Formats: sequence, C-alpha cells, structure tokens
Amino acid sequence: MDPIIILQAGVASGTVLLFAALGEVLAERSGVLNLGVEGMMLIGAMSAFSVTIATGNPWIGVLVAMFVAGLLSQVHAFIVITLQADQVVSGLALTLLGAGISLVLGEGLSKAGTVSLMPNFSIPLLSQIPILGPIFFTKQSVLVYIGYLLTPLAWYYINRTRPGLHLRAVGEYPAAADALGINVFRMRYFYVFLGGMLAGLGGATISLAVAPGWFSELTTGGQGWIAVGLVIFAQWDPFRAAVGSYAFGALRRLILDIQGPTVLFGMRNAFYYNPYLGFFLQMLPYAFTVIVLVIGSREAIRKRLGAPAALGTPYIRGERGQ
Amino acid sequence: MTDATPPSLIVEMQGIVKRFPGVLANDHVDFELRPGEIHALLGENGAGKSTLMNVLAGLYRQDAGIIKVKGSLVEFSSPRAAIQAGIGMVHQHFMLVPSQTVTENILLGLDDPRFFMRLNEYDAKIAKLGERFGLKVDPRAKIWQLSVGEQQRVELLKMLYRGANVLIMDEPTAVLAPTEIEGLFQTLRAMVAQGKSVIFISHKLQEVTAIADRVTVLRRGKVTAAGVVTKGVTRQELARLMVGREVVFSIDKKPRQPGEVILDVKDLQAENDKGFPALRGVSLHVRAGEIVGVAGVAGNGQTELSQVIAGLRKCRQGEVILNGDRVNNRDTLYGIQHGMAYVPEDRTHVGSAPNLSVTDNVIMKKYRKPPISRGSLLDMGAATNFAKELKQAYDIMVPTVNTPVRLLSGGNLQRVILAREISGQPDFMVAVQPTRGLDVGAIEGVHRLLLAQREVGAAVLLISEELEELLSLSDRVYVIYEGKIMGEVKIASTEPDQSLIETIGQMMTGTPLEQIRKEGSLAHG
Amino acid sequence: MAESTLSKQRMPWRIKIEPRLDEPPAWLPAAVSVGAIILALILGGVLIAFAGGNPFASYAHIARASFGDLGVLSDTIVKATPIILTALACSIAFRMKLWNIGAEGQFIMGAWGASAVVLAPIVPAESSRWLFIPVMIMAGMAMGAVWGFIPGYLKAKFNVNEIISTLMLNYIAISWVNFWVFAVWTEGGFQMSPKFPQAAWLPRLSEYAKSVPLFRGLTTHAGLLLGIAAAIVLWFIVYRSRWGYEIRLIGDNPNAARYAGINITRNTIWVMMLSGALAGLGGMSEVGGVVHRLQTAPIAAGYGFTGIIVAWLAKLNPLVIILVSVLFGALILAGREIQPSGVPKMIQGIILVCLIASDFLLRYRIRIVRGEEA
Repeated sequence: MDPIIILQAGVASGTVLLFAALGEVLAERSGVLNLGVEGMMLIGAMSAFSVTIATGNPWIGVLVAMFVAGLLSQVHAFIVITLQADQVVSGLALTLLGAGISLVLGEGLSKAGTVSLMPNFSIPLLSQIPILGPIFFTKQSVLVYIGYLLTPLAWYYINRTRPGLHLRAVGEYPAAADALGINVFRMRYFYVFLGGMLAGLGGATISLAVAPGWFSELTTGGQGWIAVGLVIFAQWDPFRAAVGSYAFGALRRLILDIQGPTVLFGMRNAFYYNPYLGFFLQMLPYAFTVIVLVIGSREAIRKRLGAPAALGTPYIRGERGQ
Repeated sequence: MTDATPPSLIVEMQGIVKRFPGVLANDHVDFELRPGEIHALLGENGAGKSTLMNVLAGLYRQDAGIIKVKGSLVEFSSPRAAIQAGIGMVHQHFMLVPSQTVTENILLGLDDPRFFMRLNEYDAKIAKLGERFGLKVDPRAKIWQLSVGEQQRVELLKMLYRGANVLIMDEPTAVLAPTEIEGLFQTLRAMVAQGKSVIFISHKLQEVTAIADRVTVLRRGKVTAAGVVTKGVTRQELARLMVGREVVFSIDKKPRQPGEVILDVKDLQAENDKGFPALRGVSLHVRAGEIVGVAGVAGNGQTELSQVIAGLRKCRQGEVILNGDRVNNRDTLYGIQHGMAYVPEDRTHVGSAPNLSVTDNVIMKKYRKPPISRGSLLDMGAATNFAKELKQAYDIMVPTVNTPVRLLSGGNLQRVILAREISGQPDFMVAVQPTRGLDVGAIEGVHRLLLAQREVGAAVLLISEELEELLSLSDRVYVIYEGKIMGEVKIASTEPDQSLIETIGQMMTGTPLEQIRKEGSLAHG
Repeated sequence: MAESTLSKQRMPWRIKIEPRLDEPPAWLPAAVSVGAIILALILGGVLIAFAGGNPFASYAHIARASFGDLGVLSDTIVKATPIILTALACSIAFRMKLWNIGAEGQFIMGAWGASAVVLAPIVPAESSRWLFIPVMIMAGMAMGAVWGFIPGYLKAKFNVNEIISTLMLNYIAISWVNFWVFAVWTEGGFQMSPKFPQAAWLPRLSEYAKSVPLFRGLTTHAGLLLGIAAAIVLWFIVYRSRWGYEIRLIGDNPNAARYAGINITRNTIWVMMLSGALAGLGGMSEVGGVVHRLQTAPIAAGYGFTGIIVAWLAKLNPLVIILVSVLFGALILAGREIQPSGVPKMIQGIILVCLIASDFLLRYRIRIVRGEEA
C-alpha cells in the first residue's frame, strides 16, 4: 500500500486507457463515433501477443497490433462513412466482431507461455526528481514514455497545425470543409484508422507490458468502454484524457493493493479479512466511470461545451441545398 | 440582345443538365459571364439557380453540358478545383466553422501554411486584405461571436484570399437588414472596380435592378432570358419571365374589426442556446381576428420569441398570457391544451417526425383525446379517418396516409403541419417563416390558410423575414431588433407606401420608432 | 455520396447511386436481410477456414445440432427464450433511440432478484409453484427495472451517455452476483447457490410426458410463454397505445415530441425501466427454467448482447423478434461444440456488420446507367 507504487503502476496501466482514449479523441474530432474500441483493443492485444510469440520481437508485435486494429476499424469506417449507417450500432457490431475474431484467432494463445516484453527502463536525471521521478520516470515501459510524448503531440496537432485545423473543421462542419476542397470522406477514414491503431496500441500495451499474456475477453475487461467514457469526460481534450486515464490506472492498482495489508489507516483491514468484499472493489472502476460521466456531463451543460457538432452524423454530399 | 462583337467571356456554361431523383433541376441551361460585370441570376425558389451555381462552383457535377473558363474547357471535380480556376461561391447558409476564428476559417483547406499555423502572421495578412475591399472584421474573433453580416464578410474574404475572380453570391441579401444591403452593394461594386466579376443569385426584383448589369432568368430549370441588360427591361417583364404569368398579388383581405386581446406578451427576457440574451424585454399583444407580424432580420430573437410563447424555451423574466392564463415556463402541453397552435420555423426538425406516417404526424396534438384515444390505447381506425379527412380538406398530395412524411415535398409537408395546427381550432397561432422555401403556388395556399384563420376569429402572430409577406397579410407589424421591439406600425392597405417601408427598414436596423418620428418631425419642422 | 459516380465518366456505363424517394417494395427489407445473413455466413466461413477449421463441417453441424430432431429443436427453443426477452428489452429502448446495451446486466440482476426470492428466502421453501413463480417474476422484473432506472435517470437528469453507463452496470452486475454466489449463497464453497426446490422451477414440457408422450425429455419451459406474451403485449404498446405513440415520436424526432407536449425526461426513465424489466424477466426465466440455481457463468452468457443483434435484425418488431431469436438460439446451441470456441460470437459480429451495411440498399437505389444520360 505504498502510494508511490500505486501511482507508478497506475501510470503504467493508465497508459492502456490513454492510447485508446487519444485514438477515440481523434476519431470523434473528425465526427465519427467509434464504440468498437473494446473490440479493437482485444484484436490488438491478441495479435501483439501472438506475433511476439512467433517472431520473438515485441516491437514487431506492437506494430502488427496497431496495423490489425487499424484494419478492423476500417470496417466501421466503411459502414458509417460510405454506407452512412448508424454509428452506435456499427460500433457495437465492431466490438462483437473484434472480440469474436480475437477469440477465434487467439485460440490456444492463453497456454502459449511467456514472451519477451517491451523494455522497461528509467530515465536518468528525471527519475531523481522527488515523488514525480519514481512515479513517472522509474522502470516504466517504453510504451509509457511514448504515452507522455503522444499526449502533448496530439494536443498540438489538433490545435496548432494545419491538418489539425482540417480535422476540427471536418468534425464541426463537414460541408464547409468539403466546400473548401477538404476530402471529408478520406479524412474520416484516416482518423478512424488512426483511432484504431491507437486502440490496437492500447491492447498491445496490455498484452506486452502491463498485464502480459492473452486471457481472452478478460484481457481488456471493459477498458475499451472506459476509454470511450473518458473521452466524454475529457471533453475531447488530450490532456484531460491523460489525467483521467492515469487516475483510472491508479484506481485499478489501488483495488489490487488495498486487499494486501492486515491493517489499513490504523484500522483492521476489512478487505484483507473478508476477501469477498473484493467483488465490491472490482465494481469501482465501472462505478467511477459512471460518476465521471455525470461530472463531465454536468460540466458540459454548465459551460455549454459540446461534442464536435457533426459527431455521429454521416456526411452526405450533394444533398439538395434549398 | 448582346453586342455584335461579344467581349471575351470569363465563364461560359453550355447545355447544363442536372437532375436529382424526381426533379430536373437544370434543363439545358446556358449561362455567360463577362469580366467586370455583376450578373444577376433571377428565379423563384426551386427554379434551379442554386443548382446551376453549385455546378459552376464544383459542388455538384452536371449530368450533361460543358463549362468553359476564360475560353478553355474545365471539369471541376470539387469546389477546390473551381476555386483554383478562380471561381468562389458564398453560399446562402454560410460554410463557416463556428468554433474557429476568422483566420482559421479563411486558411481552411489551403496548402499554405504547410504545417504549423503561425496564426499571428496570417491574422495580419487577412486584416490587410479586408481593408483593401472594405470588409472590416477582426481576424481573431471566433465565428460564433460574429453577426450575420460580419460572417458574410468572412465568406467573401475567404474567396478573395483564394484569389477568386468570379464571386458567386447565393441570395446574399436574405440575411441582411436594408442598411447592410447597401454596404454589401458597395463592396460588390468595389470588387468589380478591381476587376472581379460577380454572379448575384436572387429572387428579389428590386435588388436585381439595383445592382446587376445584366440578368439571366431561370424558370423551372430552363432559361427564360439570357444575359439581358438590366437597364433595358422593366420589372414587370422580369417578373413575367420569372413566374411565367403576370404576378398579381391578389390577396383577399377583408377589413375586420379585431376582438379582444388573446395573446399578451409582457416584458419578455430570455437567452439563446449559447446563454446570451436573445430577448431583452419584448412586449406585444395580438387580438382575436387579427394577424400581427413580427419583422426583423434573421437572428434578432424571433426564433426565441416563438419558442418562449410555444413553451419550448424558458424565459428569465416576463409573462406570456394566453386567454388570461400564464403559459410561459410551463410545458408545451399546457399551451396546446389552452388553444395554442404553433407552426415552427423548422418543418423537418421540429414540426414533423420524418419517418412516421402522415397519420402519425397529424394526430400529434390530438392523440390524447377521444375519438383517437380510447383510454390508454389509440384507435388507429379513427386516426386514419381523421388523416384522410385532412388530406382531402387541405389538398395534401400523398399516395396514402401511411406514407412517411419525409417523402413529401416542402409545400405538402407544410400543408400537413398547417392542417394539424388549424384542425385543433386554435384561439391563437404563432407561425414562423411559414412560406420559406416554398414555391409560389404553395405560398399562396399558406397565405390563404392564415387569412382564413383571421376570418374565423383566431389571433395570429406571423414571424417572417419576408417584408412583402408581412405587409400584405398583417393588420399590424412589430419590428424586432436585437431582442427588443423597435416599434409598431399599422398596415392600412395591402399596398403600403414607400415611407412606411422605409420606417420599417430603419427600425430593422436598430432605430426605435420614436426616434424616427422625432427626426422626421425635425426634418419637416 | 449520393452524387458520386463509381466509374469514370467516359465509360459506356456507370453505376449511379441515388436516394430512394419512395418507399422500398415490401419484399425488399426481408430479401436484403436474408442476403446479408448469407453473405455473413460466407465471410464467417472464410475466417473459420483461415483459423484452421472446416466451415462446411461447422455449418452442417450447426444445422444438425439445432434443428435435427425434436429434442434438439426443443433445446434450440430453450436457448431462444432468454434471447426473445433481451431482444424485446433492447427493441423498446432502441425504438426511443436509447442505446441500452445493458440488457446483459439487467438480465443478470433479474436472475439475481428471482433467485433471492428462493434463497433469501422471501417465499418459504415449502410454498407452492403458484406462489413461487409469480413472486419470482415480479422480483426479476423489479430488479431489471432498477438496473434500467439508474442509467435512465442519469440520462434524463444529467444527460449521461447511456451506452457507457449501461455497459458499466453490466460489469457491476456480474461482480454483484459473484459476491452473492461466492460469499452468501454458496453451496459448500462452490461458486453457485444450492438448487432451487422444484416448486420454484418453471414447468417444462417433459413434465407432461405422461399425457403427451411426444413431450418426453423435452426441455422447453414456460419461459417461452412469458416471452411470447411479452412480445404480444409489447407489440400492442408500441403500435396501438398512446404511450407507444409517444415512444415512436420521441424516437423519430425528439424535437417534434417536445413540440407535441410530450415529456421526454419521464419517458426516458419509464422506457429504460420497461426495457430493464423485460431483460430481468429473461433472467428470471433462465434461472427458473434452465439453471435452477444462481450461478454466474450460465447467466452472464452474453444473452444481453445477442439481444441487441436480434432486435436490430428484427427491425425492432416484437413479433419478428421471436422468429429471429430461434435462429440465434440455434447458433448458440450448436456453437457450444464448435472449435474454435469464439466462432459463434464472431459469426454474430459478422452478421450484425452485414446487416447494418445492407440497410444502405433500403435507403438508396443503385442503377446502372448506360452512356451519357441526357
């Protein structure tokens, strides 16, 4: 029950959520709601693990995971962008499809044994900073460090670059973007693909770093859905997504650790003596997701913030404008 | 009618055909634009003007026909391709991203800046361009903070920044107040003076004769007059070319003594969706057997006013009294049950349920009461009969009453909505923009129905941006500006004099009536 | 899209896609759905082959193991029963565009509620079937309704995205039931409760084998009747009642509903509760008719998710749901023995994807145009 260790592990497991949430931020900023994150993460986790077994190189595993999850996301992209179908139902279908394919192709992987994982290391100097050093820069996976870089990059990309400007325009007012020669369809395909790749990276982060292995659907255990919820809480902002992700990661770790000691805050630790109470602890991340959504939604109402205006609606070109 | 030796043309469109499922929008249309001219494209709603220009601007692709720019054949696969050829269009509904700044909107879709935005640099560039054409606007402002007129300027800047030589303006005056219209005309003249050419889409005759050098008239997708010099043609002739017959606004409005006050609105204050004040103390009343108009440029609180009256929006202060009952800040149902009818501005998003049948749509306000309701069940037989009666009585063109209303034309859908509202025999009706987007025949039908309501003694509040419509139907007109009533005028005849229109125009741009009268008396005195 | 031409302009023909301006012919939706399912089975077969299985053997097995004789047909119907109820639950929520994907959790809570009647016990163990069954039905529906109320209330009052909240409640429901079967009602330390007394079982066909010999060994239970009754009632609610009219109106255009004076907040909560109650009834039917005890794995078997697909495939029509549920019951029943074990789930996913995609054909007309059209 060392808070430093909980936060350190929280940052690591929060990285899973962070990748998935950043990917979803990008997809939703372009106007496409992709509820298939859970499915894309599963297929990412499965392919990362199985490719790493086959090749012995976790880097190849990560890259393949990203590519495969990106590929799966294109099913959703085709259905909602080209065929203009309902994004909610298609996203659900994608989750089912991703889970099903992962189960079929991942058959037997759970007994496959151990693989070489993504490398862990500490950052010189930065790891010496009191409190922050051990939490953020000591013996973390290379993927965690990638997460640190990706968050500000994503923010800068969205808010301060030309492609980011186009991305926002496509999600807010696709007809305007189209009129200026921005290819709305291609942009949306691209960002859904990017979102899929990041969800796949999140999945790979589980199976090759945070909780190595393949445990069928339990591998993700609903983290894809939590990531979708975090995006709403984050108001489509990468930094808020990062804060939320790490907090959730810490919560997951806290739940594990809180059952360890016999004494908690000077009192008899009920969670140690009655392990069945652990079932209630297991509810916490999910309950917190709902609470976070309540907070996020109330804030959105108060500040009159909103989702990208075109989120969830297909862009139909050449409608009669009268 | 053109000169013997035609000057070099900047745009030539020949034999353009564009069909939409069920509609032939452009039927072998020819169009020519000379450099340095303002060329009006005149026609009714649905005549195919916007379609033709959307083809030229690269938004639609023609089914047949060719386009030449400066003599060479072009094929625009996208609006970007059109802009690269120097053709830019300012749409009727602005194509601006509300959450982005003016500069960001202007830079959208351009190759420069390559990657990093360097906004300060570009802000300055855009401010300078604005000065050159007399288009003043703050480059750092977010679009949603701008007035409609300013947004139009951003649209123009966007095209000028891209080096457009041909500017297509789709009904640019529809959203402007009379004074702003003069400003726009000055800008257009300035642009022509600097070598640009302008295509001016409109259905308003007086504007066309005021600004355009030449005019091409479209009727039902066909050209009825090609490149006629505006000075050589009378308005009557143009009107005939436009609608195919002499337009006689024969509105049969009998004089009528209004009864007691049915609707009384007192000092209404409310906010818009963004949380900014939209109504700042509106007071007005409507009597039985009276049509009262609310004039104003779009976005001055008309929408919010109708919503507060109908119970769809809460107000912060003030009261709406209907037949002596307070109806504001209760639910919509209360108003419905107390004799209120509401013809909303947005037929498809508010007024109807597109995928439900005509029957389901007409019982919207009747399903709670017998004979359509039987306890907690619905009598679908009675509902169908009711729908069939309305289909007959209101001349709704639809194969069966089970057809989903999304398949109906705008005019038919409006008839469904009016049939539903009127069949409730309301004491009071608020109608917002009831004729927007309808063709002439449908407009006349709507006008007749509104007048019939006046005949039977209902009170009607007509909120419209069409001044002619207001003047010909209303007994009195209030003018609203920035959420305040600027004044009220009586309409004595259906052919109101010019000074009345001028007064209304001044009020629409923010001069209160007392001030106009004071200045008037000063001028006369 | 509507105006896109898929081939170059100068080709002798091109494909033109245009929106339908009239209603599609009556046979088209059914034909398109069947086509989508066939396409899905082909795609699924390819994936099975890719994973090292034999698609023909798999499909032949599914057909034989689910419709081969009366016994397996009865088992198919047993599998279809919970799906009917979860699909009905989804259909009424979807009708109002409330994306309740928590039928799974509501189903589990319904099973828990019905079990609590026996295990708590709320009704004495020696009571008759006539007391047990109605109380279990009420308890199951009530717990499901509670589990639907939470996201409904949050949606109505705080505009909380119901997709996420219902999904999160699924996980919470599983932990909740786990707690009870591990800690409170465990039978000798196993992860399940003791078996219910016979009086708490829903009657099965096999019980009547004495009078109707054909019923010998048939497992079909009274839950099917609950499902069919619920479907009929729901049909009347949707198409013939004032409430159903309000639900359809809100679902199609909430602005129009508000304009018609309909209280959306209240309806959101009520519809989510009805949806939850239907799923809860499904959970009750499953513990009372099949499992006969509270146990997590057979209860949390994904019926809630299959219900989503079935509701969609049936175009939200309660009566069609019965038919489609039987098909999916067959898939699940036969799928238990298919290797690899993920196949049924994958095929469900593919079917749903193909179905959603096929909707395009109902909204658009695809024409082949010869030459330049003038």
